[in-house]
Amino acid sequence: MRLEPRENVSLALKALAPTLAIGMAMGFCSLLIIWSGASPLEAWGLLLKGSLGSTFALTETLTRATPLIFTGLAAAVAFRAKLWNIGGEGQLYAGACMATWLGTGLLDLPAWLMLPLLFLTGALAGGLLLLGPTLLKTKLAVDEVVTTLLLNFIVLLFVNWLVFGPWKDPMAMGWPQAAPVVDSAVLGQMIAKTRLHWGFIIALACAVGAWALMRFTTWGFEIRAVGHSPQASRFAGIPVNAAIVRTALLSGGLAGCAGVAELCGLKGYLTLDLSPGFGYSGIVVAMLAALHPLGVVASAMFVAVVSIGADSMSRALNISNYIADVATSTALLAVLVSMLVSRYRIRWR
Amino acid sequence: MDILNFMLETGFWLATVRMATPLIFGTLGELICERAGVLNLGIEGIMSAGCMSGWIWVYMGGSLWGGVLFAALVGGAFGLLHAAFTVQLGLSQHVTGLGITMLASSCSSFVFRMLLPKATTPPKIVPFQNMDIPGLSDIPFIGPVFFQQSPLTVLAVVAVVVVSYVLYRTPAGLALRMSGENPMAVESQGLSVFSIRTWAVVTGSALMAVGGAFLTLSAFDAYYIGMVNGRGWICIALVVFASWRPGKALLGATLFAAFDAIQMRVQQQAAMAVSYQFYLMMPYVFSIIALIVMSRRAAYPKALLVPFRKGER
Amino acid sequence: MYTPKPALKLSNITKRFGSLVANDAISLELAHGEMLALLGENGAGKTTLMNILFGHYVPDEGRVQIHGKTIPQGSPREALHAGVGMVHQHFTLGENMTVLENIILGTEPTLSLSLDTATARGRLTTLMEQFGLAVTPDALVRDLSVGQRQRVEILKALYRDTNILILDEPTAVLTPQESDHLFETLRLLVDKGLSVIFITHKLREVMTASDRCVVLRHGKVVLATRTDETDIETLARAMVGGEVPRAERVPGKTGEELLRLKGITVDGPQGRALLDGLDLSLRAGEILGIAGVSGNGQAQLADLVCGLLTPAAGTMAVGGQPVPRPTPAGMVALGVGRVPEDRTGTGLIGDMTVQENLASEVYRDNEFSRFGLLNFANLRRRAKALIERFDVRCPGPGATTRKLSGGNMQKLILARVLSGQPSVILVNQPTWGLDVGAAAFVHRRLMEAAERGAGVLLISEDLDELFQVTDRIQVMYRGRLSAPVRPCDVDAAQLGLAMSGQTMNLAQATPPAQIPYPATCTHRETRS
Repeated sequence: MRLEPRENVSLALKALAPTLAIGMAMGFCSLLIIWSGASPLEAWGLLLKGSLGSTFALTETLTRATPLIFTGLAAAVAFRAKLWNIGGEGQLYAGACMATWLGTGLLDLPAWLMLPLLFLTGALAGGLLLLGPTLLKTKLAVDEVVTTLLLNFIVLLFVNWLVFGPWKDPMAMGWPQAAPVVDSAVLGQMIAKTRLHWGFIIALACAVGAWALMRFTTWGFEIRAVGHSPQASRFAGIPVNAAIVRTALLSGGLAGCAGVAELCGLKGYLTLDLSPGFGYSGIVVAMLAALHPLGVVASAMFVAVVSIGADSMSRALNISNYIADVATSTALLAVLVSMLVSRYRIRWR
Repeated sequence: MDILNFMLETGFWLATVRMATPLIFGTLGELICERAGVLNLGIEGIMSAGCMSGWIWVYMGGSLWGGVLFAALVGGAFGLLHAAFTVQLGLSQHVTGLGITMLASSCSSFVFRMLLPKATTPPKIVPFQNMDIPGLSDIPFIGPVFFQQSPLTVLAVVAVVVVSYVLYRTPAGLALRMSGENPMAVESQGLSVFSIRTWAVVTGSALMAVGGAFLTLSAFDAYYIGMVNGRGWICIALVVFASWRPGKALLGATLFAAFDAIQMRVQQQAAMAVSYQFYLMMPYVFSIIALIVMSRRAAYPKALLVPFRKGER
Repeated sequence: MYTPKPALKLSNITKRFGSLVANDAISLELAHGEMLALLGENGAGKTTLMNILFGHYVPDEGRVQIHGKTIPQGSPREALHAGVGMVHQHFTLGENMTVLENIILGTEPTLSLSLDTATARGRLTTLMEQFGLAVTPDALVRDLSVGQRQRVEILKALYRDTNILILDEPTAVLTPQESDHLFETLRLLVDKGLSVIFITHKLREVMTASDRCVVLRHGKVVLATRTDETDIETLARAMVGGEVPRAERVPGKTGEELLRLKGITVDGPQGRALLDGLDLSLRAGEILGIAGVSGNGQAQLADLVCGLLTPAAGTMAVGGQPVPRPTPAGMVALGVGRVPEDRTGTGLIGDMTVQENLASEVYRDNEFSRFGLLNFANLRRRAKALIERFDVRCPGPGATTRKLSGGNMQKLILARVLSGQPSVILVNQPTWGLDVGAAAFVHRRLMEAAERGAGVLLISEDLDELFQVTDRIQVMYRGRLSAPVRPCDVDAAQLGLAMSGQTMNLAQATPPAQIPYPATCTHRETRS
């Protein structure tokens, strides 16, 4: 079997890729649903209803999409430079920790100062966390996939220590959580009586910002060049290591913002389950969007729909909500194949 | 010094060898894949899948060795999926591996929940009993440590010897090593790189899954979600540490497990000056250090991560 | 009279890659005990044809017959089984494995339980004695020289009882003397009953070494004849399909010193010096050629001038200004134009557009970006102008660079380099892989640049190119340069001696009498 590049790739064919991917994911999950003894049509119906079927459901989905947009952008920006940042989860918590440290009473500032400060410092924390593995990569050629991954475990244990130890809130009746953020640090609700908070708008703004950066600026040019060919970039005089470091700070920063947004907008205090794997889901979001910052918004919505919908579907039909993770990981693998099919013709000789 | 004292206890070494077993399987499996030129980042998910499927087999009434075999088959199946993507289609080994980890983990969790929905405490099975070779296990110190282990531990050591032999002394091993060094050399000698790499990934994945099955069929007797807890990623670091050699993989896994055992013992004995979370961090920190130390002298298989495209100009 | 079946018969072989027809109904025959030269420009289809013969590619039409039997296509295993062996242009050896391991790979059944190294060693020793090819079986390939590696490749084929041996550009990496030795070995093989096909574009080799030759052009056979019935001019014309466009160098006046290297030392692994106290001086208006077999420090010299490495000792000065720590951007700023050896991996970013590649050295200039924002209008204007001036055939500035042909890629790189009016131009193997037309274009542009006052440093393994285009030649051997000579004062044989280290003083080198090499100097007298 041989792969032959197609001469022109029409837009229709390019759009086919994610559509095909989602179709394949749904197909495989339907098999699992049948095995669980339920009807796929009913299950998908409940899923869509639970995520999009009412105003409240829609706001829940958008709320879930908020951290996914941030972590999706983090992965997309990093992967564009071929920096395999799998540490989004840890960077998210780093941002949340920073916001907890500064935002639970240490500083007393009005909201219009407090929130930007928390986001900036949270981003800094996330960025610095990724800087370590990145420098190991540029200076010692240590593969960053494993180092960023292992750091996640270390960070989570650190947070574990914080919420059970020095930051444990004495007024939380024994639950392992930190003190809540002060009022000026709260991201208010966009729509009353829902959980949708202004972090969503900040996430959208970051998506547009990331897109503009990649497309219109010299930094974006450098990141893309280095991602395509570090060798040719170095030859042309593009500062390769500086570009990778900048990418790391940006990527880690975006993941850190996810932590700040969840903390200040949704939860209000640091706990161990602040993130049910948003960092890892961000990778799926980025790949489904073919690393395009604006596409990340769409694919984050998709993953959020599946996530929230699966919660409600699983309650009704007694199907474990792990099906959401199965669906997104199948979609990830399917999108790889679809992108290949849209760019190459398969010859059977 | 306390540390040196308890290192002389057989209990310490028993624990070390036991904890090393899943790492040995995982590192061997990953080593086989990487020697052939394929980075298999699906290891964490495949170990979870092996963990769950081996246990389910026994829980549903099968034999223990049947469970091991079933786990190997499940691992091999995920390996086949990985190979289809990375070897046949030449897709990104990084993304495919991560996708397979997510898929295998989530499928394992899903299937487990669906088969045992009402379990509040994880149900148990009867695991492998430690062997007891009469005569040999009575030798002081060496006896219990080497000859009173689980059969799977013995299998792990045997696997190291077998893999070593196959890799360096058989035509198949030579072909596998060459696939990771220069695939064109393999094709030009009339062999198929696709076949060799696919077999390597399938076999390696099967071994990884057996390592996962050890956790539920021997070390513990119940399955809970998240049990593998990053061992797969640690194995990837250990492969670099072992310079892609099976013998050194055995050494590295044992060394690592010894550090882990020391860490646990110190945690028990030291006054709570340092919280237990920091001790739990140690394995991951060691792995990063191992990677840094060995990366300077890394003798990477030259064709690792390079997909082979047939008939391309 | 009984005519035995030919050893090899290719009938009507056709191969397409998308819309490109690489081989167009090619038929050719090879008799037993015959040495056939397959000639053609780059892109004529020679390697494709041999890859089909060896089973790497499947032809769209046609068949291959060995000793009268049609062999199945697309399988190197079938080809090997039928007695076909191939020495590829880029060696197919595992560098971190031993010679013996490389040779016995695939020769024993895969599922066999052990490698029979004892028998293999014995067989290898017999072959080495029989054919006069000496290698150390337990040496690691990465420690071997290029010539030794080629010997391993040939032994690999002989070990498998090859009786039809294909060699793809075997002398591309050898000195003239090593090439002669290779052809002596091949002649010995032919005397012992093998048939040999070698691909080349060096006409002199064809005339001296082959019995018959076949010329391909644009995928078709345009000439098939016995070598003693033709001559170099006929072959050259057949290869190109008309008159051979040659750029004639007329040396002009040289000016001030633009580039000065003094005592440059660059260390390599295991303490070996890759550049060993190297001195070099390049003046304005001159084209200085650096000859030599690859691996003698050319890559390091190129990297140094491109700004990619800092020497362990020695000084470099551009236009009189010392450069203690070279960087790529720094060298560009000093007016150094750089054309690298590796077009696709180093010179261009294949997945980016033509416009972006043209911008890669200048995007930080005020004209093209302000406060970090790119000025697309100016970049596009620049791209369009350069595409036209340098005749880069592409759909437009937004075209993906990977899709350009080799010749157009080189024009693109030249456009980027020459647009900055550099004072020093480094070019490394500039016409490798290009057809004669594109090569002539490159040479013309370089000569124009020299006429305008730039200094050109031309590193090349192609002796013809060096004789045609340069004003002075120096030979690089083990990190040192021979004293410069004018092309009209030496011939290829003398250069060959220097290239193999036997003399560093070309002016006094006497070539051995038994290798007749005609002088190819086309220089006219220097203008004053």
